[in-house]
Amino acid sequence: MTSSDQAPPAVLDQVSVAIGGRPILRDVDLTVHSGEMVTLLGPNGSGKSTLVRALTGLLPVARGTVRLFGTPLQDFDAWQRVGFVPQRSTATGGVPATVREVVASGRVGRRRLLRPTSAADRRAVASALEVVGLGDRASSGVSQLSGGQQQRVLIARALAGEPDLLVLDEPTAGVDLPNQQALADALRQLKESGATIVLVAHEIGPMMPLIDRTVVMRDGWVAYDGPPLTQEVASHTHHPNDQDVPGGHDHAPHVSSPFDWERTNRG
Amino acid sequence: MSFLDLFSLGFMQRALIAALLTGLAAPAIGTFIVQRRLALLGDGIGHVAVTGVALGLLTGMSPTWTAVVVAILGAVLMEVIRERGHTNGDVALALLFYGGLAGGVLITGIAGQGAATLQAYLFGSLNSISSTDVFFTAVLTVVVLVLTLGLSPQLFAVASDQDFARVAGLRVRGYNLLIAVLAAVSITVAMRTVGLLLVSALMVVPVATSQQLARSFRTTFIGAMLVGCVASVGGLVLSAALSFRVAVAPGPTIVLLALAMFTATWPIGVWLRRRSELMTPFPEVTVAPHRSADQHAHEHGSDCGHPAVPHGDHVDYVHDGHRHAPHGEHYDEH
Repeated sequence: MTSSDQAPPAVLDQVSVAIGGRPILRDVDLTVHSGEMVTLLGPNGSGKSTLVRALTGLLPVARGTVRLFGTPLQDFDAWQRVGFVPQRSTATGGVPATVREVVASGRVGRRRLLRPTSAADRRAVASALEVVGLGDRASSGVSQLSGGQQQRVLIARALAGEPDLLVLDEPTAGVDLPNQQALADALRQLKESGATIVLVAHEIGPMMPLIDRTVVMRDGWVAYDGPPLTQEVASHTHHPNDQDVPGGHDHAPHVSSPFDWERTNRG
Repeated sequence: MSFLDLFSLGFMQRALIAALLTGLAAPAIGTFIVQRRLALLGDGIGHVAVTGVALGLLTGMSPTWTAVVVAILGAVLMEVIRERGHTNGDVALALLFYGGLAGGVLITGIAGQGAATLQAYLFGSLNSISSTDVFFTAVLTVVVLVLTLGLSPQLFAVASDQDFARVAGLRVRGYNLLIAVLAAVSITVAMRTVGLLLVSALMVVPVATSQQLARSFRTTFIGAMLVGCVASVGGLVLSAALSFRVAVAPGPTIVLLALAMFTATWPIGVWLRRRSELMTPFPEVTVAPHRSADQHAHEHGSDCGHPAVPHGDHVDYVHDGHRHAPHGEHYDEH
C-alpha cells in the first residue's frame, strides 16, 4: 500500500462554491474516511447536490480545496477509482440501448482507447448486474424497465467501474420500496468489499442500517455532522415556516434548528 | 442508351461509390448525434457548409475543401455557443442555420455564379463528381468509420450521460468536439450525392428506421449503416433511371427512399414496443388476500388469445382488465 491509499477518499477543506456569482456552499469542511458510508441530508436548495458536484469536479470551487485520495482535485487523474450516479438522469438516450450496454459504459474509465472489450470488462459488467439484481434483464432494452429499475441500472453502471469511492446523488428519489431494498442490498455488498460511499438522499428507508455517519446541510452550511440520523429528525425544525415566508430571511442569528450550535461554534 | 448502359459510364460509377461511402459515414456519426438528442445538428452544419462552398466558388479553390474547413469551424462554434453561452442548443443551431445559408447565397452572387451552380451542392448532382472527389470522399469516410467504431465506448458514454462521463475521467469537451467535427466531415462527404440541405436526413432517418426494430445500441448502429447504404445507392440508381423521363436530383430521391423505409418499419416498431410492454413480467409483491375469480367459464391456455404474462413462478392471463392465475380447478385474481 502506498501512502495515497491511506489518505481519506474525499476531503473538502473550507470549500465555497458559487454558481453564477451567488454563493451556494460556504466554508464546508468534510472528511470522508475509508470504508465509511456517509449520507448527506437537508432540505431542497441546501447545497447537497452542489457539494457532491464539487466533490466530483463537475463544479469549480470558488475557494478552498477538494482532495480525492489525498490528491488535490486539479491534479487528480485516478478517476477510475471514483464512481458517480448523477441525479435524476434517465438511463435512456435518443437511441435504444440494452441494460448490458449502459452498464458496460461504466467501464470507460478503465478502458484504453481503441481496444476491444476485455474479459475483465465483461466480468465486471456481469457482476455489477448481479449485485443490483438485474442479471436476468441484461439483454432487455433500458426503456422497458421501470424508473426504479433504471436507477438500479445507473448504479450498476457506476459499480462496473469497480470504484473505491461511490458518490450517489439522490438515487432513491421516486423509487418504490422493493427497488430501494435492491439498492440497499447493492450498497451493502459494495460496502462489504471495502468501498467508501457518499449518498445524497431524501429517503433513507432500507439503507438506514448501513449508514455510519450523517451530514445535514442547511443553507449551504454543514449544520450537523455526526452519528446517523433518520430523515425525520434531520428535517425537524422548531420554526418550520421560517423558510417559507418571502423576504423573511433577515440574517439575524435565529435558532432555526437543533444543530445550529455547530454553525455558531464555527466562529 | 438503356438503363444498364448507365453503369458503364464513369461518372455513374463514381457517383455509386460516393453514395455507398456516404451511406456508411452519415448514419455512423448520426447514431451518436441522435443519442445526444441533437438530431438537427447536421442541418445546422449543412447550412454553414453552404457558405464554405460559396467561398470556394469565389476564390476558385476546391469547394469540397473550403466546405470541410467552414463546416468544421461552424461545428466547433456551435459547440462553443452551446457550452459557454446561455443560449441552449437549438437556438445556437438556428443562428448558424440562417447565417450559413444567407452568407452562402450572398457570396455565390458576389462570385458571379448563378443559383444553378449552387443547386448542385444544395441537392446533389450526379455528374459533378470527379475522381479526386471520390478519392477524398473515401479517405474522409475511412476517417469517420475508424473513429466512430474505435471510440464507440467513449462516444456512447459521452453521448448518453455527460456528467457521468466527466467523472469517469473522459475529456467530455474533446469528445463533443470530435462528434461535431466528424459530423461536419461526413456532411461534406455527403454533399455531392445528397446535397447540403438534405444531408442531415441521411444522418437521422436511417437511425430512426433502424431503432424501430432494434433493441440495442449496437444493432441500431449497424442497422442504420445498412439502411443508409440501401437508401443512398438505391436512391441514386432510382434517380438515374427516372432521369430518362424527368430531371430528378439524386438527393431528394435518396431521402424519400430512406423515409419510405422508415414508414415501412414504423408500424412494426409500434407493434413490437406495445407487445413487449404487455408481456413485461408483473412485479412480485407480497401476497394479497386470496381471491378467486367467480364462475369463470373460459379455460386459459397457451393459445387462448389472452396475453400470458410471467408473474413470479407462474403465469397470469390478462383478461378484461383482470389478471387470472390458474389455481387448481379455478382462477385466482392477481
